[in-house]
Amino acid sequence: MRCECGKQYERGAMQCPRCGKPLQGELNMRYDGAVIRSKTKKRTLFDKIWALFANVKFGVTLIVLTLLFAALGTILPQVLFVDTSRYSSELEAYEHTYGIFGALYYRIGLADIYNATAFQALVLMLAASIIVASIDRGVPLFKALYNQRVKKHPNFMKRQRFTAEVPRQTLSLAQLQTALQQKRYNVKIEDGALLAEKGRFARFGPYINHLGLIIFLAGVMLRVVPGFYVDEEMWVREGDTTSIPGAAGYYVKNNDFILETYDGKRAEDAVNETAKKYETKATIYHESSALPGDTSSLQKLKDVSIEVNHPAKFDGYQLYQMDYRLDELKTMTFALTNKKTGQAIDTLTIDLANPKNEYQLKDGAKVKLAGYYPDFSGFDDDGEPMTQSPNPSNPAFLFDMYTKETPKGETSFVQIQKTMEPLGETTYKMAFENATTRDITGLKVRKDVTMPILFIGAAIFMLGLIIGSYFSHRRVWCQQLEDSWLIAAHTNKNAFAFKKELRAITDDLTIAPFNDTQEEVIADATVE
Amino acid sequence: MLQLSSALLLTAFIGYLVATLLFGGAVRGKGEQTTSHIRFSKWASMITIMSFIANVGYFIARWLYTGHAPVSNMFEFTTAFAMFIVAAFIVLYRTYEMPTLGLIALPVAIIIIAYASMFPRDVAPLIPALKSYWLTIHVLTTVIGEAILAISAFSGLIYLLKTVDTTKRSMERFFLALMMYALIVAVGFIGVTTYFNVTDYEASFTYVDKDGQHAAITYNLPPIFGMHQYEVQSEAMTPVVEMPAWVNAKKLTTVAWSLMVGSILYAIIRLIARKPLARTIQPLLKRAPLPLLDELSYRSVLVGFPVFTLGALIFAMIWAQEAWSRMWGWDPKEVWALITWLYYAAFLHMRMSRGFTGKKSAWLAVIGFAIIMFNLIAVNLIIAGLHSYAE
Repeated sequence: MRCECGKQYERGAMQCPRCGKPLQGELNMRYDGAVIRSKTKKRTLFDKIWALFANVKFGVTLIVLTLLFAALGTILPQVLFVDTSRYSSELEAYEHTYGIFGALYYRIGLADIYNATAFQALVLMLAASIIVASIDRGVPLFKALYNQRVKKHPNFMKRQRFTAEVPRQTLSLAQLQTALQQKRYNVKIEDGALLAEKGRFARFGPYINHLGLIIFLAGVMLRVVPGFYVDEEMWVREGDTTSIPGAAGYYVKNNDFILETYDGKRAEDAVNETAKKYETKATIYHESSALPGDTSSLQKLKDVSIEVNHPAKFDGYQLYQMDYRLDELKTMTFALTNKKTGQAIDTLTIDLANPKNEYQLKDGAKVKLAGYYPDFSGFDDDGEPMTQSPNPSNPAFLFDMYTKETPKGETSFVQIQKTMEPLGETTYKMAFENATTRDITGLKVRKDVTMPILFIGAAIFMLGLIIGSYFSHRRVWCQQLEDSWLIAAHTNKNAFAFKKELRAITDDLTIAPFNDTQEEVIADATVE
Repeated sequence: MLQLSSALLLTAFIGYLVATLLFGGAVRGKGEQTTSHIRFSKWASMITIMSFIANVGYFIARWLYTGHAPVSNMFEFTTAFAMFIVAAFIVLYRTYEMPTLGLIALPVAIIIIAYASMFPRDVAPLIPALKSYWLTIHVLTTVIGEAILAISAFSGLIYLLKTVDTTKRSMERFFLALMMYALIVAVGFIGVTTYFNVTDYEASFTYVDKDGQHAAITYNLPPIFGMHQYEVQSEAMTPVVEMPAWVNAKKLTTVAWSLMVGSILYAIIRLIARKPLARTIQPLLKRAPLPLLDELSYRSVLVGFPVFTLGALIFAMIWAQEAWSRMWGWDPKEVWALITWLYYAAFLHMRMSRGFTGKKSAWLAVIGFAIIMFNLIAVNLIIAGLHSYAE
């Protein structure tokens, strides 16, 4: 098809790509009248899917659905935040804590909605919609914006929101040009017509921010690639050097764990005191030997301080201060003592993390550690002592004591503040002397290779948002009709400020102000 | 310093009240703008700016006293929200010169400050998780973004009050009345809380929580709802209904009282005015031109959205990465920031479709504010997760 200006145009065009003559009655300035693929091609299945994903209403529907699912997930706490350890199943935990509603909530999958396939599919579809809609509209829009003709069809101009018609003798193009240039417009004059334009880059905004969003989402998805993302937890006792999970070859030594409260007391002394600082003074080591687990060849990397809000960073990994346990027993010292005389032969110190099987004492006495139960929890059905964890929170010991007087050995079962003699009364006992304690720090190990991608994505997104929101694309056209100048103006947003600017321009030129066609339309809506 | 800070806040509060009345003078009547209108506008904006300076004074004095940006608890955060609403109003008033906007923005700011004052105002030292300059950056940016977005709703509300036909029964009319009612309920909450605060009302109970543990609780309002398996510890009213363990009956009691007092207030106003509240206000809104309201409503979303994105999502993620080792953890507060963001994103895309201006757009703006308030009130007080510094 051919426009009266001689330009060939595509089927479905809203306006002539050259002179802008409206071809379908009304004038649509949204994409500068460019032919949008999704609006014109609807034959093949691909066309139809493309059209669906390019549809803004479809996109908005996806946004709203994502929003609704996200909101539903906050009615009750997600599985992640619920302590299910006391129940046999997650379902039971929900049922017990939140009643029938809780059970239903769990059953229909709302309790773990953000990891649900449906939710993730929704986000993926949203991403697809962003990509398709941006290409669908962005490409033709930019083609149109970069191939603008100065002289437009009078009908194109007359149907703009802001128009003015002034007698020929009251204005010259040169005057208009100067006035517009003072407002920083780029002015082109061709063939007795004028086009002034500024802020065209503002039209890039939405496409830039969509690009940023897609980069961000791609970064999030990359996390499933092995090695891109590490998320581990570890406990390190003071003085210990522990290998860092998820970071092969790296070790961390806990030199000191510090808990400070606002009045300087430690937490157990002042239960209601607000904590001021949690900090682990640590040293990071790297193993230089090729043999895994060979701790003899550790090389110090650096000393670090790990504090809440201030993670330690090394070789792409971060260590976060997440948790702590204070005053775990480290060593316990006992005296092998004659019960009658109260005389002690010797003392022995047990390293609770590393107890020995046998301790040689003075005068040929010795103590065998027949059993060690770090977290003693009672006896089983066979009368055997049990431990509920490997942590020395409630240690118990089964000692065999050998002295000159009792060469055959005597057995004693020792707990904190309690001693039992399971095989008959003994002459000697293991008297508790003292204990030393140490703190344990709970650290989180993180590595996230996708971080720079996410950061770049977010930065591009913000840039696009700022360009698209705080700047507007403004144009003014002018051409000569028989005995008057026809002036038209268009802005893609913020018409209020544009109107002020136009007013300043017309005042400057002492010509009649622009008509605003939308003024009356909206005003009609008032109820009187 | 703390006393100075409180005095300045009170000054600002009273100043906003006076300014509201003056703005009322600036918009009354129907005819041409007169010199009296202009004089009222001038005084109103001057008092608003002076009160705002006092408000900023409160903020700075409290900052100096506590040593950290006063946005670390419910009182501080909510007050800051009101302060930035006024700031956004002042900026937009200078551009759009619409006194009518002050008639909504200032009373809302007043209600929000009063609401904030219902929370403990004690100065507490920061816990380690909050000790970061990101507290200042993240929270301030977010609250400024939310304040700008709020202006969009105020403008939308005026638009609706002007255009919704209150003589005919309709969904629109119902929801408009509901919004007015919600505002009155907020006043009811402030009223009833203040009354029982002043009279030092206390009722203590022990109860069994959802983990089966015994716990104690003190109500500051006469208990309507009792906690799970409660036992009365002090001489006070016995609760009317006992609630299951997962319901916080104390909070529910507060809601019930607010609704009750709010409803009574609403009924009284309705009886005195003898017409819907919306219609009572309508005459004051005659001077606000609809196209300008529509534009202002859209524009403030356009301006506020990037600020909100930066504060509530991007800065939030950076801080979460530093403090909690993950930038995103589906904590309820995080989810609701995302919901708010998605909502306004949907709003901006809908504005692109033809015909999504005027009333429809105004409704969307108002609902957006409802989401922000839900965030501030319900998410902090009811759903609270990691961000539960509200208690």
